Amino acid sequence: MVASLYGVDAEQPILCVVAESAPGQLEPITLELLSKGREMAGQAGWELACLLLGHENRDLADEAFAYGAQQVWLADHPLLEHFTIEAYAAAAFQAITRFKPGVTLFGATPNGRDLAGRLAVRLRTGLNADCSDLELNRNSGVLVCQVSGFGGGVLALIEAPHHRPQMATIRPGVFSRGSPDYSRSGQLLPVEIEIREENLRTHVLRRVSGESVDLTSAPVLVAGGRGMEGDFEVLRRLAEHLGGEVGATRPPVDEGHIERERQIGQTGVVCSPDLALCCGISGAFHFVVGIEKAGTVIAVNSDPQAPIFEFSDYCIVGDVHLILPALLARLEKVPNA
Amino acid sequence: MPELHTVVCMKVVPKPEEVRVNPQTRLLDRANARSEMNPPDMNALEIALQLKDRYGGRVSVISMGPPYFEPVLRVALAMGADKLYLLSDRRFAGADTLATTYTLAQGIHKMGGADLILCGEESSDGATGQVPPGLAEWLDLAQLTLATQLDLDLDSRLVFGRRAVTGGYEELQVPLPCVVSVRTASNEPRFMDYRIKERAMQEDPITVWTADDLGADEAMIGLQGSPTVVSGLVQAPSQERKRIYLEGSNEEIVKQLLNLLREVL
Repeated sequence: MVASLYGVDAEQPILCVVAESAPGQLEPITLELLSKGREMAGQAGWELACLLLGHENRDLADEAFAYGAQQVWLADHPLLEHFTIEAYAAAAFQAITRFKPGVTLFGATPNGRDLAGRLAVRLRTGLNADCSDLELNRNSGVLVCQVSGFGGGVLALIEAPHHRPQMATIRPGVFSRGSPDYSRSGQLLPVEIEIREENLRTHVLRRVSGESVDLTSAPVLVAGGRGMEGDFEVLRRLAEHLGGEVGATRPPVDEGHIERERQIGQTGVVCSPDLALCCGISGAFHFVVGIEKAGTVIAVNSDPQAPIFEFSDYCIVGDVHLILPALLARLEKVPNA
Repeated sequence: MPELHTVVCMKVVPKPEEVRVNPQTRLLDRANARSEMNPPDMNALEIALQLKDRYGGRVSVISMGPPYFEPVLRVALAMGADKLYLLSDRRFAGADTLATTYTLAQGIHKMGGADLILCGEESSDGATGQVPPGLAEWLDLAQLTLATQLDLDLDSRLVFGRRAVTGGYEELQVPLPCVVSVRTASNEPRFMDYRIKERAMQEDPITVWTADDLGADEAMIGLQGSPTVVSGLVQAPSQERKRIYLEGSNEEIVKQLLNLLREVL
């Protein structure tokens, strides 16, 4: 069997969250992972560490402590100012092989997935992607990852009992963010990182930040599926009136009717709105996992057999192209309806 | 200038809409699901074929799986790919990302390497997106993931691409050879070329390699080479929903909806 670079005998009882940051602050996904990590580490009697990769990023340590980190591994290097896979993978590899954490968690974001994917091979260890829940066994130190299977209702429990670190990626919104406590502090451990500029093969020519959407914290989700036949304008206006955001299943995204950032479900965003209004959505499992945490679910679909009704509090068998414009007209007439 | 050799990694998956859950066992029943090419991999193949149209060279397709995947994979030949390599061996079965990327890397080594290796963003059945960076690591190559646009400068052997990131994009430059994952739905895959379809579907030779052909390390392939194990299956916690049907004319339904919205929000 393939052996990881360091094994169970060498691991430290440390759960490490590899942080992502925007200028001056940690990304929401990192705060979510720290909050969950704190709970898991606490139950198992482990320490929670946060690996900070960046440049002149010392100030972020306080935020990591406030969200529960007991150690911050600070990798501060000019070549880490912006994400490139070579620099970040080299730095994370050096930190991980130095501290030998038993568990390492990443966000299932573009950068987190790239980093985790490369590191897992470099460390010769297992990687569980897109976990919907995690549990750290107190006795064995084994991380049990819950991963949604292909299709309905079944979750697989996956572990890598003989390889370290046990790695997992988690999508934004899966875990909730705890409340920060800025009176907390911890150990700040600077990590000497060696990166040579000539080893960086990626050159970033330009960075463009668009309008960033955060569906995970929207109070109302107005989601459309194939049954909308591309008419997302009515959903946008509904969302605007209800103070929410528009989301979609995969087909309208693939067909280009709406941005990929708004895809809900297994390969998209997991939301926890007070209200989810599902329009013209059949209710495939891939989608439904994204609204399981919604307070109230209302579905409109012309097919009485659509599985979405199984997952809804209020079911409307009807034509989205008639009902939604009528609803919108009423909302536009009655302010704050 | 040597010709451009592009390798496209493709996966055959069961059609998601045909996979059923067995109501007794609650396990996935793929038996009656037909196979298809993983749709995101078709976007990668389309980019490879577009680059071939522009710069010449050849396109090879590599896949891992049982022999019965062959007819599905032949569609790539009918679309314009030049060669098809199927890595097929019982010992490859049960591979997780680590073993899969190792095996694919061995296959690419065996075919003499490539200038450009293209993958789909993720598979429709696994959807982890971990193969492209893992493959790049095994091959010790640069990577460009989630690419929506791709340009080559063959003289300077550089790739220029746009990479989708959270809340925006980056424009990156990486050297050839490299691994690129193509953003799902970033292009419209072409139809099969009916002039070559029959030959592609029936006659064109394909290359099948076993673990021994690859000289693969037994400890690195299939179950042996996979650190992750499935230790159990659980039923997804399903929140009990009220499932109340709103009845009446559209007008009455809208009225009830408005009341509901007032209640909830």
